[in-house]
This record gives sequence, structure tokens and C-alpha cells, in this order.
Amino acid sequence: MEFKFFYHFGNFLLMLKGMFSRPENMKMYWKQFMQQCVDIGVGSFGIVFIISLFMGGVTTLQTAYQLVSPIIPKSTIAQVVRDTIILEFAPTLTCIVLAGVVGSKIASELGNMRISEQIDALEIMGINTKGYLIAPKIMAALLMIPVLVAIAGFLGIYGGKAAGELSGVLSGEQFMQGLRQEFKAYNVFFAMAKSYTFGFIIASVSAYYGYNVTGGALEIGKASTTSVVVSCVLILFMDYALTAILL
Amino acid sequence: MIELQDIRKGFGEKEILKGVSTIMEPGKVNLIIGSSGSGKTVMMKCIVGLMSVDSGKVLYDNQDFTAMDEKEKKTVRQEIGMLFQGSALFDSMTVEQNVMFPLDMFGTGTQKEKKARVEECLERVQLKEAAKKFPAEISGGMKKRVGIARAIVLNPKYLFCDEPNSGLDPQTSLLIDKLITELTKEYNITTVINTHDMNTVMESGDHIVYMYQGQKQWEGSNKDIVFSKDQKLNDFIFASEFLREAKEMRQLEMFKDGNWREQLKKEQGGERK
Repeated sequence: MEFKFFYHFGNFLLMLKGMFSRPENMKMYWKQFMQQCVDIGVGSFGIVFIISLFMGGVTTLQTAYQLVSPIIPKSTIAQVVRDTIILEFAPTLTCIVLAGVVGSKIASELGNMRISEQIDALEIMGINTKGYLIAPKIMAALLMIPVLVAIAGFLGIYGGKAAGELSGVLSGEQFMQGLRQEFKAYNVFFAMAKSYTFGFIIASVSAYYGYNVTGGALEIGKASTTSVVVSCVLILFMDYALTAILL
Repeated sequence: MIELQDIRKGFGEKEILKGVSTIMEPGKVNLIIGSSGSGKTVMMKCIVGLMSVDSGKVLYDNQDFTAMDEKEKKTVRQEIGMLFQGSALFDSMTVEQNVMFPLDMFGTGTQKEKKARVEECLERVQLKEAAKKFPAEISGGMKKRVGIARAIVLNPKYLFCDEPNSGLDPQTSLLIDKLITELTKEYNITTVINTHDMNTVMESGDHIVYMYQGQKQWEGSNKDIVFSKDQKLNDFIFASEFLREAKEMRQLEMFKDGNWREQLKKEQGGERK
């Protein structure tokens, strides 16, 4: 298989450059942006809600399972859960799931528009399709994905508290006490920095693969799968890079 | 008026368009015909700017479209309407919203005026009753008519139709052809149709360009075609025994009408190439 990294990277940069032009009608672009905010934000809330609660619950139980020493206070479990969720699980795990949910949707939507000549129809009308179709998606992802990550953080911690109480590992008071121990606001900044980066990757990579689909229905599926795989790999790579740089 | 001056287009080693020149006049239905792989779709995409030409010029009212920057091209494109083979309607919008879209994007009037224009266009294509339906809820012929309504909503100077009759029954095809011809004459539009449909060729072809292996093989009108001696064109147009017989009958009819003198003169003058 031919490795076309520079070809794709160059085309990707050209796509981003192509987005920046004066909108033909700001009102229509705004409408498109709001629509994307609803699709990405509200459309993904359900899955984020479920995975966050369980993610927090499982983290509490597994941390409690490992911290069996009598000299370690129970509230430490909550502290570990908090930091794990804020630093890693809320931004990274949520974004990996969103790469599947949002990324595949963006890639297949644009791919379908390409195959059915809807993008050509917009071009013929004199509309900058990169600006009208891709830019609002990226901007909506940059706005909504950090919001979803923040919600995932809160829900994850709540799930951890609920799991601790339900299983009898630690009381609600102990959990709340642990949450306040050695809290660093910088961790929240770090999580937000990651979520912005991952949000950009999810929307732009999937838009790139969807926008450039050629062929038929089979290629839309392939583009969708490729976009999810590439997004996930890039998310994991950037996760490591940002952790090495910012922590 | 659209003028093509020696346009060439290739993909890699393969040359698809090998220097095509022609003039497409307003108020006429200009057809590009030819067998599959003859380069007619590439030619249409080069004319509307979906593909760039390797050399040659595409002139819209004597303005060189190929030399324009994106901003200038956008201005020209706002005068273009296009009907796509698969209609290319926006799935998430109703028929009315599809037709309204170009007006919302580029129109200057009030919402009431825009709505009135949409109604007028839908009425023109006899689809007023389907205004609130989604593309998935209407037939192929209706989709084509919505595509036409969307293409004409901004009063274009140029109308492009890519195989407008593909996948339609003969009656609906005739309806679409009639509609396109009427609109062309009514608004003095320069219409360019890429087609395989012989009914369209014989009924609507004011000006026909026959493409063969990337070159213009023949050029003329639907009346000239009956008397053409170009073997390749005849093999393409009158492919079946039935059509060959129909051609002979048509020649006979024209002979009786006295049109044959005019046609003979044209033939003796040589076919335009």
C-alpha cells in the first residue's frame, strides 16, 4: 500500500486554507453553524451521558480495589478518581467515542453530498463549499466538544460518587472530602486544551475524508471508517504530545 | 453566449478532450451528444468550471472564464443554473426549501418576495402541491422538475442540464424536454444539455455537437441530422433498424414538404466541423 502522508497532509492544509473566504451570506452560515452545534452537541449528549457515568463508577471501584492499605484514607480514592477523570478519561475517552459518533457522521454526510453531486450543485451556485460545509462543522466542534468534555467530567465524578456509595466502598462525605484534596485548577485547563485539540482533529479529519470521497456508496463507508481510525490515532498521539508538553 | 476555443483536458497520460471549439447561442437548446467515454461530461464540467481546462478558453459573453480568479468566477456562477443527472437536491430540505436556497443565499428581496418567486417557479414546473415534501417522498421526474425550478429561481443566463432524462420514462422525458425548451425560449437562456436521449436530440436540438473520442465529430441542428452523411454520427443516432427506417421516413416527409432543397444546399456546402 502506498503511503501518502504528504499528499494527504498537503491536501488537508489546502482544505483548511480554502475555508477562509468572505461568506456569501452570513445569516446562512450562522444557521449552518447553529445546526451543527445542535447535531454535534445535543446529538452526542446521550452517549456521553452513559459512558461518563459508567466510566466514573468503574474508576471508583477499580481504584478502591487497588488501594487496600489501611494507612491510605478512603478519601484518596475520590482524589484519584477526580484526577483520572479530569486529566484523561473525560477528554480522551469521550473524544475517542465522539470520533466514532460525530466523525463518522460528518464523513458520511459530506461523502453522500459529494457522491450525489450536492457539493457540485453548491459550487455551481457560486458558494465556497469548504467555507459553507466544513468551517461551521469545525467551529461547532470547537465549541461543543469542550462543553461535552466538561459535562463528561462532572458526570464521571458523579458516577464515581454514586458507585462508591452504592457498593459501600466509601461514603458520600468521604468522596466529597477527597474531591477537594489538593485540587489543581491547571488540570482543568489541561483537559480543556486537550478537548479543543481533539475537537479540531475529529471535525477536520472526518470532513477531509468525507469531502474528498470519490466513487460510490462503498467509498462513503470506507471514508467514514478511515476518518474514525485516523482521528483515533491522532487523538492518542496528541494526547501523549500534550501530556509531555503541558504536564 | 458561451464560446469554447480549442479546449483540451487530460487525466495523466490520457487526453479526454482534444481541442474542442464551438459557440452556444442564447435562446437555443445546445446539445452535447456522444457515446459513453466520448468526453461530453468532462466537457460540461470544464465549461461550468468544476474541472479546469489544460489549455484553451471558455468564454461567457466574451469574458474568459478560464482566466478569472475565484471571486470573478463566483460572479459568473451566480448567473448559471444547473440540473444534475441525479437532481442533487438537498436531502434535509423540503422541495420549497431547496428552491428557496439560492434565493436565501444570494437573493436581495424580502422573505415575502422570495416566497412568491419560489411559488412562481414551482408553479412553472407544476409542482406547487409538492412544496412541503422532502426529496425522498417524490418521484424521479418530480425531482428533476424541482432541480429545474431551483436552477431557474435566480433567472440564470445559462442553464446546464446533465442527462436530464436519465432514468425517466419516455412521457416524463418529453415533459422535461418541453419544459427546458420553453424556458430557454421564454427567458432567452443559453441552455446546454448533455444527453444520450434521441427524443431530446430530434425534438429539442437547435444546435447539436456530436463528440467522438474527445473530438467534435459533427455539429449542426436536429434538421441537419436527418440528412447527415457522417457515418459515425449515423451509427450513433440511428443505431437500430427501427430508427434507420424512421430516418428514411422523415427524409421522405421533408422531401415532400420541400425542405430537402435547403438541406441539400447545406450538405453540398459541406457539414460544419
